[in-house]
Amino acid sequence: MSVQQASQAQAQAQPQRSKAELIEKWSKPEVITGSEMLLRSLVLEGVDTVFGYPGGAVLYIYDAMYGFSDFHHLLTRHEQGAIHAADGYARSTGKVGVVIATSGPGATNLVTGIATAHMDSTPLVIITGNVVQQAIGTDAFQEADIVGITMPITKHSYLVRKAEDLPRIIREAFHIANTGRKGPVLIDIPKDVSAAKGLFQPVKEVKLRGYNPTVVPNRLQIEKLLDAIEKAERPVILAGGGVIYSGAHEELYEFVTRTGIPITTTLLGLGGFPSGHELHMGMPGMHGTYAANKALQNADLIINIGARFDDRVTMRVDGFAPHAKIAHADIDPAEIGKNVATDIPIVGDAKLVLQALLPEVRSNPKVEAWRQQIKKWQQEHPLTYKDSDLVLKPQWVISMIYETTKGDAIVTSDVGQHQMWAAQYYKFNKPRSWISSGGLGTMGFGLPSAIGAQIGNPDRLVVSINGDGGIQMCAQELAVCAIHNIPVKVAIINNQVLGMVRQWQEIIYDERYSHIDLAGSPDFVKLAEAYGVKGFRATNKEEARRAWEAALAHPGPAVVDFVVPKEENVYPMVTQGRTIDEMILGDEE
Amino acid sequence: MNRRCTLAILVNDQPGVLQRVAGLFGRRGFNISSITVGASEEPGLSRMVIETEGDKRTLEQIQKQLNKLIDVIKVVEVSAQPMVSRELGLIKVNAEPSVRPEIFGLVDTFRASVVDVSPHSLIIQVVGTSEKVDAMIELLKPYGIRELTRTGVTAMVRG
Repeated sequence: MSVQQASQAQAQAQPQRSKAELIEKWSKPEVITGSEMLLRSLVLEGVDTVFGYPGGAVLYIYDAMYGFSDFHHLLTRHEQGAIHAADGYARSTGKVGVVIATSGPGATNLVTGIATAHMDSTPLVIITGNVVQQAIGTDAFQEADIVGITMPITKHSYLVRKAEDLPRIIREAFHIANTGRKGPVLIDIPKDVSAAKGLFQPVKEVKLRGYNPTVVPNRLQIEKLLDAIEKAERPVILAGGGVIYSGAHEELYEFVTRTGIPITTTLLGLGGFPSGHELHMGMPGMHGTYAANKALQNADLIINIGARFDDRVTMRVDGFAPHAKIAHADIDPAEIGKNVATDIPIVGDAKLVLQALLPEVRSNPKVEAWRQQIKKWQQEHPLTYKDSDLVLKPQWVISMIYETTKGDAIVTSDVGQHQMWAAQYYKFNKPRSWISSGGLGTMGFGLPSAIGAQIGNPDRLVVSINGDGGIQMCAQELAVCAIHNIPVKVAIINNQVLGMVRQWQEIIYDERYSHIDLAGSPDFVKLAEAYGVKGFRATNKEEARRAWEAALAHPGPAVVDFVVPKEENVYPMVTQGRTIDEMILGDEE
Repeated sequence: MNRRCTLAILVNDQPGVLQRVAGLFGRRGFNISSITVGASEEPGLSRMVIETEGDKRTLEQIQKQLNKLIDVIKVVEVSAQPMVSRELGLIKVNAEPSVRPEIFGLVDTFRASVVDVSPHSLIIQVVGTSEKVDAMIELLKPYGIRELTRTGVTAMVRG
């Protein structure tokens, strides 16, 4: 019996305890090691799973975890896999994702994942080991200044100086990570601190003078917005990830249906409002729908709820929405006025903002003509592509995945063309169902985030849509799927090139295709099988349907390699330097 | 249109806090003309005074981004109100005995002081607004400045 099996057998032998029992069990003041304090504090935060990878500087922590059964530890195959899994877990559940890695390379392997979480406001607590305090600054073996390295990409960070500080620091870290504008918090624990003994005293209250996020919106600004809504003839709602993070989707639905104001949801806002609804125009921006972009550009009032006017949404910012009064509600005051000058700034939690607006809004007959105009735009240029019965079209594959999963799956994506097609053609109806690296655009995110999402949602179907480029950036995590029978369904939209780069090189760089050829990639079916994961391949519609249905029917993890042509582009497209209504529409049927 | 701005930032006296604040300015392309850090009236808290410049949106962003740092307790734009701002300069100037009376005359006029006397040079300490320190330096240049050091501006709202 291996050590891991022994530890798992031990874990299984003990009965599952309730949260209250665990709190009772672990709250007693006691002299223990820093490592034990860490584990107990994590349990007291309600952590059920940590994602990690051991190494020299965290050996005391892993020693304390030997046989520890009050949370699960998932060993990935790379630290990047661990942190993206924690990210997928956090985005799909709303809970804080926890990841542990060792000092030096272990910690620096987390950097991309930390930046990914920071850009998309994912609550993570990242625990890194460090060399003993005496060796810090001496360029010791596996030493890296991870606090310094990650300062611009964390919400906050700690270097723990003594074991007794751990309960307070962990309490603060969870509080900071999952309140206000959420984000990653890093705790760096030198090896002597995880080894040292001290008195463990659980901390309940958080006292942080410099941290008091404003959640309740200012009444005066709410009234200004109500007045603007009353007067507007061409209003548009732009909803972002903030709606999902604050759990405001029901309030948003009420607000949209009561006012009849058309809505567009950003990449991270997908699922915050049902995609099939007649007032939903789809996604705006670079690959947004014709109607959403025309509506933003011709609006007289834009009501932004929890989106940050990202450059991929506004495109040429000095030409963005020239006729619109801008109202912007955001939990982060620094986002308001950062990219787009704002007329009505509202600092607050999206849910509370919408709750403040709801009792006083009504359907405005003045908006009817605008709704008709938008309907016309939708009919003129709906999302479309030239289908084929000879080759498999990626958009068709996404639509097929949507139909066969009835829109109920949690879908994670990697980054590139397949991500945009998934955002366009999978119709999300529920929040926390679409997990995608929007801000940083991190390739390699798709598979590990699906693992985390599946662990956080054992009863839901989790589908991971990837390109043939991105899947190879974290493909090693297939091992984790196989070993733990994590039944994610991995779709690879395989066009044998780096498709989005190819698209830009075709359209903007005069078809000078520079270093994008992925020919020679492994046979993904065999690769899956090598890891012990079921693999399928499809090159036409019939095979695709059959393979996908077999993958869904299979009780464990499965990979389906959808072979598609490389010439397919994502449309509509707005190239850089243009306003969002200057769209390239591409092939229409 | 760019304007100058003096900020007083109350921060936790924690290792790394200067790095957080300075790093924020660096990463977002904000300008630091001068920075001073020292104890505040409250134990455990330090006060930084930063002189910066930028247009309206940049200056607003600087304050908002600073407020996001957990170790930042409070940001006050001192220059938005009547303020006292002071800087200290130490100037080591060539001073053969023959020119010393002239230099002492300048020092007196500026209410500066001579804090070190050597056979061939003097160290002059001047305290005042940055403009006053600038002016003192200009007037001493003809004698030959050997070394110059300035503290940067510290400031406080009047009243």
